Amino acid sequence: MSLEKQVVGEVVLEVHNLSASYNRKPVLWDIDFQLTAGQLVGIVGPNGSGKTTLLRNIMGLMEADSGYVRLFGKGLNEVRDRVSYVPQRESVDWDFPVSVREVVEMGRYRPKNLLRRLKTSDQDLVDQALEKVGMLEYAARQIGQLSGGQQQRVFLARALAQDADLYLMDEPFVGVDAATEDAILKVLTELKEDGKTVVIVHHDLQTAFQYFDSMVLLNTRLVAVGPKNSVFTKENLQEAYGGRLTVLSKLSQVIASSEFPVREKGFKEKTGKGDPQDG
Amino acid sequence: MDNWWIYDTSLWLVAGGTMLLSITAALVGGFTFLQKRSLVGDAVAHSILPGVAIAFLISGQKDPLWLMLGALISGWLSLAVMDYLNKHTKLSEDTAIASVLSVFFGVGILLLTYIQKKASGEQSGLEGFLFGQAAAMRLNDLYTYCALALLLISITIVFFKEFKLLSFNPEFAQSLGLPVGILRVLLNSMMVLAIALGIQAVGVVLMAALLITPSAAARNLSNGLKGMLWVSVIVAGFSALVGTLISFSAPSMPTGPWVVVCLSAIALLSLFLAPQKGLVARLMMQKRHQKKITDENLLKAIYHLGEKENSFAAWFHVEEITGIRDFETDVLKSALKRLIRKGLLLRQGHSFQFSRAGLDEARRIVRLHRLWEMYLNKRLRLKADHIHPNAESMEHIISPEIEAQLLEELDYPERDPHQSPIPYKP
Amino acid sequence: MSIEALYIILTGALVAASSALLGSFLVLRKMAMLGDAISHAVLPGIVVAFLLSGQRENLSLLIGAAASGLLATFLIELLHRKARLQEDASIGISFTWLFAIGILLISTYTGQVDLDQECVLYGEIAYVPLDQISLGSWWTGPRPLLISGLLFLVSLGYIIISFKGLKLLSFNQDHARSLGVRTQVWHFSFMAMVSLVTVLAFEIVGAILIVAFLVVPAATAYLWSRSLIPMLILAVVFGVLSSVGGYYLALGLDGSIAGAMVSVAGILMAISVLIIKVLKRT
Repeated sequence: MSLEKQVVGEVVLEVHNLSASYNRKPVLWDIDFQLTAGQLVGIVGPNGSGKTTLLRNIMGLMEADSGYVRLFGKGLNEVRDRVSYVPQRESVDWDFPVSVREVVEMGRYRPKNLLRRLKTSDQDLVDQALEKVGMLEYAARQIGQLSGGQQQRVFLARALAQDADLYLMDEPFVGVDAATEDAILKVLTELKEDGKTVVIVHHDLQTAFQYFDSMVLLNTRLVAVGPKNSVFTKENLQEAYGGRLTVLSKLSQVIASSEFPVREKGFKEKTGKGDPQDG
Repeated sequence: MDNWWIYDTSLWLVAGGTMLLSITAALVGGFTFLQKRSLVGDAVAHSILPGVAIAFLISGQKDPLWLMLGALISGWLSLAVMDYLNKHTKLSEDTAIASVLSVFFGVGILLLTYIQKKASGEQSGLEGFLFGQAAAMRLNDLYTYCALALLLISITIVFFKEFKLLSFNPEFAQSLGLPVGILRVLLNSMMVLAIALGIQAVGVVLMAALLITPSAAARNLSNGLKGMLWVSVIVAGFSALVGTLISFSAPSMPTGPWVVVCLSAIALLSLFLAPQKGLVARLMMQKRHQKKITDENLLKAIYHLGEKENSFAAWFHVEEITGIRDFETDVLKSALKRLIRKGLLLRQGHSFQFSRAGLDEARRIVRLHRLWEMYLNKRLRLKADHIHPNAESMEHIISPEIEAQLLEELDYPERDPHQSPIPYKP
Repeated sequence: MSIEALYIILTGALVAASSALLGSFLVLRKMAMLGDAISHAVLPGIVVAFLLSGQRENLSLLIGAAASGLLATFLIELLHRKARLQEDASIGISFTWLFAIGILLISTYTGQVDLDQECVLYGEIAYVPLDQISLGSWWTGPRPLLISGLLFLVSLGYIIISFKGLKLLSFNQDHARSLGVRTQVWHFSFMAMVSLVTVLAFEIVGAILIVAFLVVPAATAYLWSRSLIPMLILAVVFGVLSSVGGYYLALGLDGSIAGAMVSVAGILMAISVLIIKVLKRT
C-alpha cells in the first residue's frame, strides 16, 4: 500500500553476495544482482539450481550463509507491506477446510490485526482481487473443490489482496490450464503497467521467453541477468544447462558431510595493505 | 543369602528369553527405523492390546499361541487401517497413526477392564502386557516365544539383502525385479510379530522404544547396516538383562520401564558422546577446524607480507602481521604458539619467520586460495571484486584430490584474477 | 439418570469438547503425534510435583507437567536438529524415555504418590462424583467437573481470540511468516494450550487416551467439513457424543469409562469413513 508513486527504473530489489545452503549443502553461491521497478522478471534455471531457495531467502524464510537482501533500499521488516510472496501451490494442503474467500482474506492479515476483525476496506480489496482473477463467483467454495488452475488463481488473488509493490511468485504456471495461464498473464501485465514489479520462478525456458521482460538465469551461481534478449544467448544457456560443475559439487559434499563452516563468520580483512584483493 | 539369584536357574532362563525377545525386536526394528516408521511401530504396539484381549476371551486361557495369533491379527489390522485412512481419506499420515493408536488402545483398555471384572485368577497375567512383567512369565510360554523369535531372526538373516534394499531404496529394489510387494508384506508381518513378542518383555506402552531406540543408539557407533544391527542387538540384549534382573529383585517393579530407561540412557549417551558422530565430537571437530582455519589464515597473512617485502626469509613483527589482517589477540597468540610447536614458524622476541615447512604450507594455502578465486572467476563467473570473501573459506576445505581436479580444469594458471602469481612448488 | 452419571458424563463431555477444539488445529497442522508425545511426556513432571507438594493440588501439578512437557519438546528438537536423528525416532525416543521414568517413579514411590499405573492408563473418571468441592455457599459439586468447566471456557476463549492467527498458521505457515507474523510465538502459545488440556485431562481420562480425545473427534469432523467453524462445532459434537455413548457402553460392559468413550469415538470415525465412501460412490 505505497503512497509514494512507483518510479519505473527505481531499484526495488538488491541481492548482495548471497550464499545459502540447504541441509548444509551450498545451493546458492554469491548471488549478486539488482532489479528495477515496472517489469516482469523470470528467475530461470534447471532443476535444483536454487531458484526457490533464492526466493525464500529474499523473503527471509531461510537464513543465508552470507550476503544480504535489500528491498526498496531497506530491510525486509521495514517494507513488508510492500512485498507479497506466493509459495508453490503444492506447499499447502488443499483439503484444508476454508473457502476461496477466506484464503484471499488472509492476504489482508497483518501481525497487528490478527486479533481483530477485518475492516470494510479490507473486504473491498478482497472483492476486487477475486474479481480480477475471475473467481468472485467461486468465493464460497471450499478450496479442495477447485481445479489446479483455479487454485493458482486463488493464490494470485491472495497476493493481489496484499496490494503490494513487489510480488514474488514461485512457479505460478505449473499445472494450470490455458485459460488460467492467460488470466494470470493479463493480471501480471496490469500490475506491470501500474509500475509494480513481479518476480517469478519459472522452469520452462520457452514460455519464459514469451512471458518475461527480464531474466535471472541461475544455476547455483548467477549465470546472467538482464533484458531477456541479452540473457538468452546460446553461451549463457549452455553454461546454465550444460556441464556440471564437478569441483563445486564435490566441495559441497565435503562441506555437507564435515563440520566445516560454510562461511567464516565475521570475516574482515584489511584492504590495500599488501593483500592483492583489489588487484 | 544375598546372591540367591545367581543360582536361580529359572531366573536365568527367563532373563535369557527376555533378552532373545528384545534382540529380535531390535533386529527387525532396525528396518522400521530405516524406513522412518518409528511411529507406525508405536501404533502397532498399542493396537495389539485388543487382539490379545479378544484372544483371551475366545480361548479362555493364556495360551501363548492364541495370544500371538490375536496380536498378529490386530497388529495387521491396525496397519491396514492406517494404510487405508492415509490413502483413501483426506486424513494425513500423522492423524491416521494417532487415531489408530489411540482408538485401538482405548478398545483394548475397555476389553481389559471388562476381563478383569469378569474373569478371576487366570486374568492376572494380562496386566503384564501393559508394562511387561518378566518375573511373571511361565517357562513353557517362554519357550514358544523364543522359538518364534529364532524364526524371525533366521528370516532376517536369509532375506538380509532384500530387506536392506527395500529399506534404503524401494524404487531401485523394484527396478532390479525384486518382488517388492511380497517383501513388504513379509517385513510388515515380521514387525508385527516382533512387536507381539517384544511386548512380553517391555509391555505395550513402551514397545516402540524396544523397536527403534537400539537402532538410534547404534547409529552413531557403527558404520553400515550390518554394524548398526550388531550394535543395536547388543544394546537391546544388555538393557533387557538389566530390566529383567530388577524385575526379579523387586516383584512390584514392571520390567518395561527399566529396559526402556536403560536403552534410552545408552541411546542418549551415544547420540551426544559417540566418537566422531556424536554431538560433542562434532562440536569439537568444529573447534579443531576453526583452529586450522586460523592457523592457515595466519600463515597466509605472513606470506602476503613476504610477497610485499619480496623476501620470505625476512622476520616480521607481530604488528606487521596484524596490519595485514585482524586477529583477536588471544586467538593470534595461541595460533602463533601452535605454529611454532608444529615447526612452521620460528620466533625471535616479537618477530616471526617461516621455517622451510612453514613456507611450503603457506604456499599451499595461498595457491589453493588463488586457484579457487580463479575457479570462481572462470567457472562461476563471479566478478573479480566479489570473489575474495567467497574464496576465503574454501582454501581450508579443498583436498589434494580436489586441488588436482582444479588444476586440470583451469589448465595450471600462472596468475589469479587479481594478477597475483599462483605459487607452485618450487 | 442418576446425578452421579450426569456428573461423569458432563465432565467427560467438557474434557472432550476442550480437547476437540484444540485437537482440530493439531489435526490441521499435521501434528497429532506431537500431541501424543506431549501427553506421555508430562507424566514424570506430574509425579515429581506430587512427590514434592504431597497432594493433588492443581497448580504444582500444572507447573510440573509444563516443565516436563517443555523438556520433551526441547529434547525432540535437540535430537532432531543438533544430534541429527530423524524426526520420527526423535519423537519416539523422547516420549518413551520420559514416560518410562514416570512409571518407574510411580512404582518406586507407590505409598507416597496418590497415583497408580491404572490411573495413568485409564484415568479416574468413575470417581468424579466422589471428589466434592464447595464454592462458598452457592455451589457444591465435583471438583473435576468444575475444573473441566473452566478448562472448556479457557479453551473456547483461546480459540475465539486466536482464530484468525491459528487459521493463517495452519493453512500456510510460510505465507504467515512472509506477512511478518511471529509464527514461533503462535506455535508456542498453541502448544502451551495443548499441554494445559493434556495436564488437566490427565487424571480424568489417563495419559494415553487423551490423545484419542484430542485427535479422533477432530479427525472425524475434518472428514465431513468444508470450512473451519463447522468443523470445530462438529468436532465438539463428536467429542460430546463419544462421552455420552461411552458412559453407557462402559455401564453395559462394566469396563473402563475412558476406554469406552474412546471406543465410541473410534466407532463414530469408522462409520463416518464408511458413509463418506458410500456417498462418494453415488
